[in-house]
Amino acid sequence: MRSSWFLLCAVAVGAAVFGLSRLIQSEYFFFAGYVVLQYIVLATAWNILGGYTGYVNFGSAAFFAIGAYASVAIHKTYPLPIPVLIVIGGVISGLVGLGTGYLTLRLRGAFFAIATLALAVVVQTLITNWDYVGGSRGAYILRPASAPLLGNYIEYLFLIMLALAVIAVATARAIETSRLGFGFATIRDDELAAEASGVPTLKLKLIATTLSGAFMGMAGAPLPYYVTYLDPASGFSLAYAVNSIAMPLVGGTTTWIGPLVGAILLGTIQQIATVTISSAVNLLIVGLILIAFVIIAPNGLVGLVQGWFAKKDA
Amino acid sequence: MANLLEVDDLTKRFGGFVALENISLGVAQGDRVGLIGPNGSGKSTLVNCICGTLHNETGTVRFNGAPVDGLKTYERTRLGLARSFQLPRPFTSMNVKDNLCIPLIYTVDARAKSRLTQAELDARCGELLELVGLKDKAQKMPRDLTQVEMRKLELARAMAAEPKLLMADEAMAGLSHSEVTDIVSLLIRLNERGVTIIMIEHIMSAVMSFSQRLIVLVSGRKIADGAPQQVIQDPDVVRAYLGQ
Repeated sequence: MRSSWFLLCAVAVGAAVFGLSRLIQSEYFFFAGYVVLQYIVLATAWNILGGYTGYVNFGSAAFFAIGAYASVAIHKTYPLPIPVLIVIGGVISGLVGLGTGYLTLRLRGAFFAIATLALAVVVQTLITNWDYVGGSRGAYILRPASAPLLGNYIEYLFLIMLALAVIAVATARAIETSRLGFGFATIRDDELAAEASGVPTLKLKLIATTLSGAFMGMAGAPLPYYVTYLDPASGFSLAYAVNSIAMPLVGGTTTWIGPLVGAILLGTIQQIATVTISSAVNLLIVGLILIAFVIIAPNGLVGLVQGWFAKKDA
Repeated sequence: MANLLEVDDLTKRFGGFVALENISLGVAQGDRVGLIGPNGSGKSTLVNCICGTLHNETGTVRFNGAPVDGLKTYERTRLGLARSFQLPRPFTSMNVKDNLCIPLIYTVDARAKSRLTQAELDARCGELLELVGLKDKAQKMPRDLTQVEMRKLELARAMAAEPKLLMADEAMAGLSHSEVTDIVSLLIRLNERGVTIIMIEHIMSAVMSFSQRLIVLVSGRKIADGAPQQVIQDPDVVRAYLGQ
C-alpha cells in the first residue's frame, strides 16, 4: 500500500534526522529540536480537525496539557515508561476530544472556536485546583538518572518525540489520501451537501476531534520530563494554542506537508529568536508572520508553491 | 400499489410562523411531479423536511413504506432519497469527478456494504458525466464551470447516489431558454431510467412540459393537486399564484 510506503520513507527520514543530530554532539540542539518536533505533532494534530474538516480549535493547549498532567498524575502514583505515558495521555485527550465533539459540534465557525477556547479555560481551572498534581504551585518531576536505550535523557526525549512526529505525519497523510479524508473535505466544503450525499458528518467530525485531541495529548505526555517543573501557566501557555494554529496556516492547511513545513519554519525561527533576541519576542514573531501570510499567501506556503506551478502550466 | 413517498399531515413552524400546514401528499413510483408556488410558499421547506435537513413538528414522512422521521439526512440519502440544491453547492476543493465520487463512496458503497474499486468508480463517474453532458469537464474545478454546468453537476451528484426519488429544487432558476430545455430533457431521461422525480420550479414552461402531475403550495398550504392542465385553470391557483 502507498501509505505503508510513506510510513517507511518517513521512518527513514526520521532515522536520518536522528543520526545527523547525534553528529552535531550538542546537548542544546536536542533541547531545541525537541520543541520543534513537539510543534510538528501539535500542528499536524490541529490540522486533522482544523485543516481537513475546517473546524478551528483554539483549545489546543487544553488537550496538550491534559496529556502532560496525565503524566504528572501517573508519575506521582506509579512511574511508567514514557512511551506508555504517551499512549495513556493520547487515550485521555482523545476521549476529551470525543466528549468535546459531542457537546460542541452543533456549532459552526466562530462559535465552535469560542467553545474550544472555553474548554481550555475550564480545564485549566480544574487543573489549577487539583492539588494532587501540584495545583497552582506546579509539580516537580525528577527524571530517572539515566534513560533507556541511549543513556542521555534529552536524546531519549528527542528520539521519542521524533518517533511521535513520524507517526503523526504518516497518520495525517494516510487520512488525507483515504476515503475518510475525502469525507473530511466535504465537511470543510459544504456540510449540508455532504449530508445530502450520504456522508455521516457527525460521525466523521467525532473521528476528527478524537484523533486530533489524541495526538495533542500524546505531544504533551513527555512534557513534564522535558521541563522537570510543570505549572498550569506553562502547561496551558498561549504559545501552544497560537502556534498550533499559526503553523498549519503558514504552511498550508489542506495537506499533511503544510503543518510540517510551518512547524519546522516557525519552530526554528522561535528557537533562534529565543537565544539571539529574547524569549518574549517569540509570539510577536509568530503574529507578524501570520499577518504577512494571511495577506500574501492565504493558502500558506503549499498554496503559494502550487500557485506558481499552476501559473507555469497555464 | 403503495406510494413511494407519502407525506401525511406535515406541519413545520419557525417560531410563531407556520411555514407548512397540514401538508399531505403521495408520490407513486415513476411519477414526474411538479411542485409550484409563489416565493415563500414553503416549497424548499417541504423538500428540507422530506430530506431531513429540517425536522417537522407534526406529521410523518414515509418513504418506500417505512417512516423516516428522526432519521438523519445521510440515512435518508442512503435509503434512496436524493435532492439537488436550489443554489448549487459543489464541494469546491474537489474537481468535478471527485464531487461525484463522494455519493458513490458514502452512499452507494455504504448501501451495498462493499467497496467499488477505483476502476468501477471511474466508470460510474464517466457514465454520469456522459449522462449530464460534462464528460470533458471531469478534471475541472467547480469554480471554472458555467452556471448551467454547475446545475448539471448538482443533478449528477444527486444521481450518483442512485436514488429512487430525486427532488430537483429549482434546478433551472436563472438559466436561458435553451438551457432550461436542456435540463428538462435531462430530467426526463433520468425519469425514463426509473427515477421518480419531484421538480420544484418557477418556470412554468418547464413545469408544464415536464410534469404529469402538479402540486401547488400557497402560504404553506396545499391548494391544488392533479393533472397540470386542470390545476392551472383552477380559480384558486389562478388567483393565488398567477395573479389576477
